[in-house]
Amino acid sequence: MNGHPSAAARFLADEARADWHDAALWFVREKRDRAAEAVPDWEALRDRASQIKEHTLSHLDDYLEQFERQAARNGIVVHWAHDATEHNRIVLDLLRARGVRRLVKSKSMLTEECHLNPHLEHAGVEVVDTDLGERIVQMRDEPPSHIVMPAIHLKKEDIGALFHEKLGTEAGASDPQYLTEAARRHLRSRFLAAEAALTGVNFGVAETGSVVVCTNEGNADLGVHLAPLHIASMGIEKLVPRAEDLAVFTRLLARSATGQPVTVYTSHFTRPRPGAELHVVLVDNGRSEQLGRSDFWRSLKCIRCGACLNTCPVYRRSGGHSYGTTLSGPIGAILSPGQDLLRHRSLPFASTLCGSCTDVCPVKIDIHEQLYRWRQVVAAAGHVTVGKRWAMKVGGWVLRRPRRLRWAGAWGRRLLRLAPAGLLRRLPWGRRRDWPEPATSTFQEWYRNRRDSR
Amino acid sequence: MTSRERILEAVRVRKPAPIPLPDPRPPASTPASVDGFIARVHAIGGQVERTARRRLAEVIALRYPSATMVASTVPEVVGSISLSAIQNPHDLAALDLLVLGGTLGVEENGAIWIGERQMVHRAAPFLAQHLAIVLDEARLVSDMHAAYAAIRIEAEGFGAFVAGPSKTADIEQSLVLGAHGPRTLLVLLVPVADVLPGL
Repeated sequence: MNGHPSAAARFLADEARADWHDAALWFVREKRDRAAEAVPDWEALRDRASQIKEHTLSHLDDYLEQFERQAARNGIVVHWAHDATEHNRIVLDLLRARGVRRLVKSKSMLTEECHLNPHLEHAGVEVVDTDLGERIVQMRDEPPSHIVMPAIHLKKEDIGALFHEKLGTEAGASDPQYLTEAARRHLRSRFLAAEAALTGVNFGVAETGSVVVCTNEGNADLGVHLAPLHIASMGIEKLVPRAEDLAVFTRLLARSATGQPVTVYTSHFTRPRPGAELHVVLVDNGRSEQLGRSDFWRSLKCIRCGACLNTCPVYRRSGGHSYGTTLSGPIGAILSPGQDLLRHRSLPFASTLCGSCTDVCPVKIDIHEQLYRWRQVVAAAGHVTVGKRWAMKVGGWVLRRPRRLRWAGAWGRRLLRLAPAGLLRRLPWGRRRDWPEPATSTFQEWYRNRRDSR
Repeated sequence: MTSRERILEAVRVRKPAPIPLPDPRPPASTPASVDGFIARVHAIGGQVERTARRRLAEVIALRYPSATMVASTVPEVVGSISLSAIQNPHDLAALDLLVLGGTLGVEENGAIWIGERQMVHRAAPFLAQHLAIVLDEARLVSDMHAAYAAIRIEAEGFGAFVAGPSKTADIEQSLVLGAHGPRTLLVLLVPVADVLPGL
């Protein structure tokens, strides 16, 4: 088996580290709970957010046109990219036309999805990711392992060793304060030297033609307010109709993500800085296709808070990299199969279907139900292993008739007494499990005896 | 067919059946509490001092004795440089302290709205090592709904809610204040009585 299970097995090989990862994310989940409980109308707020997003998606063409019209009126140049390739070409053309060789970027999962960095680097542009976590994973030449905490898979000693090598910090130093200070000095020089800055977009406002970017570090702002060119890459699903709708989403986003009441900076860009340029690239890249899937379009409501990752027992114990996708965790497992079913066929199974993701989602996406439905799509397309297919067939045959189930149960109990423990350990599911103690009688036998003896 | 037409057409054909937009939320009935706002700013790593306007310069001098390059857009505080005399924001790279006026404070999260005019240079509040925001207590609202109802985000080319000093927890979830932007944030709250005429 390849895909998520084998990658997860590699992650779990270091058991102490896997336990640490699990606990680190659960800590964030608990912070989220405290923040949510402090808001009296939290559930009403989630309902409202969900309705606003569903409304927007059901009128998305109108809102895209309204956004474009308003943004243009404000002096923002709007571009449309059908796919990742076109997005990357638009960005590179903008940079080339202005002779840009040094670009600073703030966090954007969309540009990760489009693999923008390698594209620009091939063309000779120096790309510096400026979010601390993103800079760390960029230096390690690996993708982020989490939507909002890109380096959550690393320990401070790993980062200390990395900074010693790349930034010349003291050998063995791993104090977060000291390492952050080193990164601050390093990145300040890059902010001041950049000729262009690229950001993602958290929300686009149709009625005003504004884009909103949320950060804690201030890195997006430092980049764009210094460079003469600001490019904002935005998925077409990021729109909200009105400015007042931002109240709903800014109340939910940071509380769900990290347990903060709001991000440190919530920056609203409506017009370019005097003397500078502001370009927004609207990107489809499979989103309009997802919009047409009646079972899955609600996944487009996602505001990228990462709450479903922090709560997911499978994500916490397998790490973001085991998903092999830009967006990992439960939300990645329902968005990625729509982009490439064969490649991501194992992801809908990377779940216990416990539903915790759905419970914490601030925009009420039915994540675990979509995972279940994707499993059916994967199976119907013939992308499940032979073993799983036959196990399901046999299971279905047995469960269809009560007599077959009774017969199978009787034989199962008999065989269980004889089954060697080693057999169970050979199955992936049984590797860390023991056979259950065989029951002495079935429930039906027990019930019959009880009734007869009265 | 351009990509624009292609995307809009794909969306038009595939979008789900219309779903209504909820009405704007009725404004909160609870007035903002000054104590609540102060507690929230402390919780997010900021500092608060309540002071009369006429004492602002004195408070700043006491709080930041070693700040050499200081800019202010608040009339009561005179900086060492004038932001409007600066052409290129890169010249603010060594800014120690920026003092500016906030438009609105939000009790539920300690955020303060600052518009482009108050910043003069958009980069200034992010480049400064330390940031001090002067805010009238009369300008507090209870939550983000009230905040967005009171401002027009498009009134200026740029505006931001600022909630505390810049921070990161990207290294092992350890909170560090002063990521890329200001290392500290001081909110100077001016009591309501102080802004009444004649006082």
